[in-house]
Amino acid sequence: MPLLDVRDLKTSFKTDDGVVQAVDGISFTVEKGQTLAIVGESGCGKSVTCLSIMGLNPHQNTTTSGVAMFKDRDLLTLPQDEMRKVRGAEISMIFQDPMTSLNPVHTIGRQLIEAVQLHENVPKQAARRRALEMVKAVGIPRPDARLDDYPHQFSGGMRQRVMIAMSLINNPDLLIADEPTTALDVTTQAQILKLMNELQRDFGSAIILITHDLGVVAETADDVLVMYAAKAIEQGDYSDTFYRPRHPYTWGLLSSLPRLALGAELKPIPGSPPSLLRPPPGCRFHLRCPYAFDRCRTDVPPLVPAPDDPDHLDACHLDEQAKQRGAEEIVGRMKVGSP
Amino acid sequence: MIRYIIRRLLWAVVLFVSVTLATYLIFYIIPVDPARLAAGKAATPHDVQVVAHRLYLDKPIWEQYLHFLDRLVLHLDLGRSYANRQDVGPTVLNAAPITASLVLGAVVVWMMIAIPVGVYSALRPRSVGDRIAMTGVLTGISVHPVWLGLIASYFLGYKLDLFPIQGYCHFTGAAPGEPCGGPVDWLYHLIVPWTVFAVLYAAFYVRMIRSTVLDTLNEDYVRTARAKGAPERRVLVHHVLRNAMLPVVTMLGMDVALALGGAVLLEQVFGLPGLGYVALHSLFQFDYPVTLGVVVFASILVIVFNLVVDLLYAWVDPRIRLA
Repeated sequence: MPLLDVRDLKTSFKTDDGVVQAVDGISFTVEKGQTLAIVGESGCGKSVTCLSIMGLNPHQNTTTSGVAMFKDRDLLTLPQDEMRKVRGAEISMIFQDPMTSLNPVHTIGRQLIEAVQLHENVPKQAARRRALEMVKAVGIPRPDARLDDYPHQFSGGMRQRVMIAMSLINNPDLLIADEPTTALDVTTQAQILKLMNELQRDFGSAIILITHDLGVVAETADDVLVMYAAKAIEQGDYSDTFYRPRHPYTWGLLSSLPRLALGAELKPIPGSPPSLLRPPPGCRFHLRCPYAFDRCRTDVPPLVPAPDDPDHLDACHLDEQAKQRGAEEIVGRMKVGSP
Repeated sequence: MIRYIIRRLLWAVVLFVSVTLATYLIFYIIPVDPARLAAGKAATPHDVQVVAHRLYLDKPIWEQYLHFLDRLVLHLDLGRSYANRQDVGPTVLNAAPITASLVLGAVVVWMMIAIPVGVYSALRPRSVGDRIAMTGVLTGISVHPVWLGLIASYFLGYKLDLFPIQGYCHFTGAAPGEPCGGPVDWLYHLIVPWTVFAVLYAAFYVRMIRSTVLDTLNEDYVRTARAKGAPERRVLVHHVLRNAMLPVVTMLGMDVALALGGAVLLEQVFGLPGLGYVALHSLFQFDYPVTLGVVVFASILVIVFNLVVDLLYAWVDPRIRLA
């Protein structure tokens, strides 16, 4: 049985301009100790998917439907108080911007101790020892002294380490990381990813990694879910999506990966994602898709398994031959480009 | 933190010198002939000269100022009133607690209104309660305190006879010849002035607290606190309010200083013999030493107050200490 089983998740926001369907029928599972990467451009609904699971969307104007089974409980219908006990203890979350995600007026020690004491009735001294261990584990130098420092006294990378320490301090079953490296410089990114991989090995937490960076996916993911304009357009395990991609949007993402080889051309996807307030009819990608034909403009393609692999799903009207050809071409180009 | 305090203290000294210099120049140098005013209407030219010598007015200006500063700092002496020859110091010190009672009591009243209403409005924006609060804010800002004071003392004091129409009773008890005294009488006489004083500021602060709390609720670290599993109440008190109050504390420091000046009007309306009252009456009698005394005293209060607020602010917000 998977650790987390999300089925037909839909989230919409009421705004002054109308209803925004931010997540439209997403289903996925996360196994114990595994990493699922949710990939897509900004505003495609990746973050909202995770905030919905955490119950952290603003309640006043949000409607959520579907099922999110986590250890025999449906997180979407769990009462507020029960959900509070899950957050931070069984499922925890790291956010994109470490510069603003820590409270500026409390020391990091105090924030870590708070995370412990919210879920366990332990004395402050014991909680502090746990905080110290975690800060050591995430590789912050002089942990004992740094515990009494304020967030503004840390660099961005160090703050993200603090966030990771805080999210793992209660040994959660699932860690949701919402673009944890996007706001960091490249060398720091690599350090943080390495740290997350190591900690996953030591702590055995499953991870949902939200990212728009396929390089990050390649280093960490077991499974991949590609989202476009609130919908899943391709999902499967890591090698399926990287070596046998079936959707033109995934092809586009792979071609826009920068490579270090001489003469390797960077091919961005033209245009930008559609407005979720008034999504286009048919396939939501057809306006930017070089392979689009008449049917794409009218019929919504269903998410169906590949003929030879029931766990590899995609939502595209192209025929099997075209999909295979496209995949070969992209993978071939990636090999040529790779150093 | 120590270095921060020392730096703030040095600034306070600089401020003190510039404020006293400015007020000294305004009151002693600019009036055409302070010695004549001091000597009285029936004085002969010889008398005026004697007085001028005694007040150091025949010395150069810088020497006059240094003498004034020396007297003030080393002897805590503000000179004597022209009108009744009494020392200005005790006059000011007697009036100060009255103004302080009025202003500080009003601060307590307005913050007790503004914090709950402002926070409620921020937590339920656009709700019925929020709209009622915002209408109240608009009314509070628009009403003039003197008008409100007169109306309140007419209806509550005269018509309904619920509260005294005016007057002040000392907190510590009745002095000989005073009709009232003690904490109960003190409170009873000040409730209406406090409330009237608080209306305008409560309105400003409701609006301000509403917007800072709304802003803070959208901060990433508030989401982090929720993601940690903190209950809403704890999120609000430990993570939202502590941060939302930073700009409010700064504003409060400046507004209390301003309010000390604004007290002039309401002290008149409610017949409270505070600093504003004393200053106004001395001004009408050309009794410059008293006016100057009040101004210098009030300036010192403002300087001390700003210092306290700065230190408080550094304590609340660790980022300030390094800056």
